[in-house]
Amino acid sequence: MPSEQVLSPLPGTFYRRPAPDQPLYKEEGDRVAVGDTVGLVEVMKSFHEVKSDRAGTVAKFLVENEDPVTAGQPLVEVLN
Amino acid sequence: MPIKTLFIANRGEIAVRIIRAARQLGLRTVQAYSEADASSLPVKLADKAVCIGKSPASRSYLNIDAVIAAAKGAGADAVHPGYGFLAENGDFADAVEKANMIFVGPHSSTIRNLGDKVMARKAAANIGLPTVPGSSGRLENLEAAEPMLNEIGFPVMIKAAAGGGGRGIRTAFNRDDFNRLAPQAILEAQTAFGDGGIYIEAYIQNARHVEVQVLGDGERVIHCYDRECSLQRRRQKVWEEAPAPPVPDHVRQGLCQEAVKFAESVGYRGAGTLEFLYDAATEQYYFLEMNTRIQVEHPVTELVTGIDLVREAIRIASGNPLRHRQEDIVINGHAIECRINAEDPENDFMPNPGTVDSVTFPGGPGVRFDTMLFSGCSVPPFYDSLLGKLIVWDDSRPRALRRLCGALDELEISGIKTTKPLHLALVDNERVAKCDVHTDFLDEWLSDFHFSKVNQGG
Repeated sequence: MPSEQVLSPLPGTFYRRPAPDQPLYKEEGDRVAVGDTVGLVEVMKSFHEVKSDRAGTVAKFLVENEDPVTAGQPLVEVLN
Repeated sequence: MPIKTLFIANRGEIAVRIIRAARQLGLRTVQAYSEADASSLPVKLADKAVCIGKSPASRSYLNIDAVIAAAKGAGADAVHPGYGFLAENGDFADAVEKANMIFVGPHSSTIRNLGDKVMARKAAANIGLPTVPGSSGRLENLEAAEPMLNEIGFPVMIKAAAGGGGRGIRTAFNRDDFNRLAPQAILEAQTAFGDGGIYIEAYIQNARHVEVQVLGDGERVIHCYDRECSLQRRRQKVWEEAPAPPVPDHVRQGLCQEAVKFAESVGYRGAGTLEFLYDAATEQYYFLEMNTRIQVEHPVTELVTGIDLVREAIRIASGNPLRHRQEDIVINGHAIECRINAEDPENDFMPNPGTVDSVTFPGGPGVRFDTMLFSGCSVPPFYDSLLGKLIVWDDSRPRALRRLCGALDELEISGIKTTKPLHLALVDNERVAKCDVHTDFLDEWLSDFHFSKVNQGG
């Protein structure tokens, strides 16, 4: 099956949940639609949602929660 | 015990500021840094630098164990927390002392007591310092609000007891508003904080933010007068002045004396700031909270009083008593500070990290620029957006404004977008020229102001 990647739109710190006490936006194996939020990037204390521009199934997260990311870095692998 | 080696558990411009103060005192400096800050200015300036972890703050500047281990490993006998990060964390202050080092700041119990807004309000009320009229604690039910509404009248603010970040706050201008908005506030507080408790406070219209700088040695406290910080974007200060123009001298004296009384009542040690709302129409001030650390805007106070606040706070931490008497502190002239942030005013103040290609600093008499920038430096995305603080002084406010205008013109930062265009617009604004502003002024003004394309590189 072909796979595609969701890229980080911004440099910063990547989070997989909206808040520390809340569930993950997406787990591996979850269905993902275009426009679904897959994580947050914190840049200079402001938080930006990362929306998927791919549809399919989350195959793998390529970065860990709270990892530093660069703009354009692949975050999620999506199988379609 | 006198300090010999000072560990700086912070970054950016305040780390540079602390290193400079420590050098004045002949101390050896050890700078903490994250991977992203390995080639930053404070790392270059300090006598020694130690990596404390990865770039995200949670893995470096906020990691108490890593900071303590690095400070001990470097042979430090004191730790300066700067502002932000661990500066107002009582557990960190305890950990520093448990590791047999000096924490540059107040005792951990002072940090904890003043960090709790309800406790701080009670401490203020105990010494007769006015707080914003309202319920002393949470309301059990909406009926319990009745006597308070009758007493303070409308408009009122409905606030979440467990609140923060502006969530769970409503303004009710009349009884109908209150009946409609209070249940919403309870629901929002329940959802956001898991606690639907609310309290009410009088809404002070056109309030200004005024604050008082204090310096204490644990026994005696002096004030270094006041600052005005009403120009705020989304509750973040962008422009500060000393002394506060809207406060008449007879009010200033009372305000500052009450601030000293409060700080003495808690045995305050180090540099601290009491924040107030000020109603210019009634000349009434209301205590909001006390910040138990050095503040970003401390230089305006330094320029009008001649006191090096950072150096004095380190001297006190080192075991020396305050060396100033209150009567030694006099205001000379006027100072204004502009915060230059890595944000794009043309794009809703979007954060703009990156590499600074080149930078030209303003200079001349009465001009100071506190910064960590240098040509070619990188501005990482992991921390706040403050790049530098342009501070000007002159013998009157109009002359200080003119000085600011020239200094802003001289300042050139290329490679990343900055808030310089915001300050160019503010320095040109009639309301700012008269200091006729309140804490909502800037957000209201920005909502229908459009930045013309100013050539500032990027």
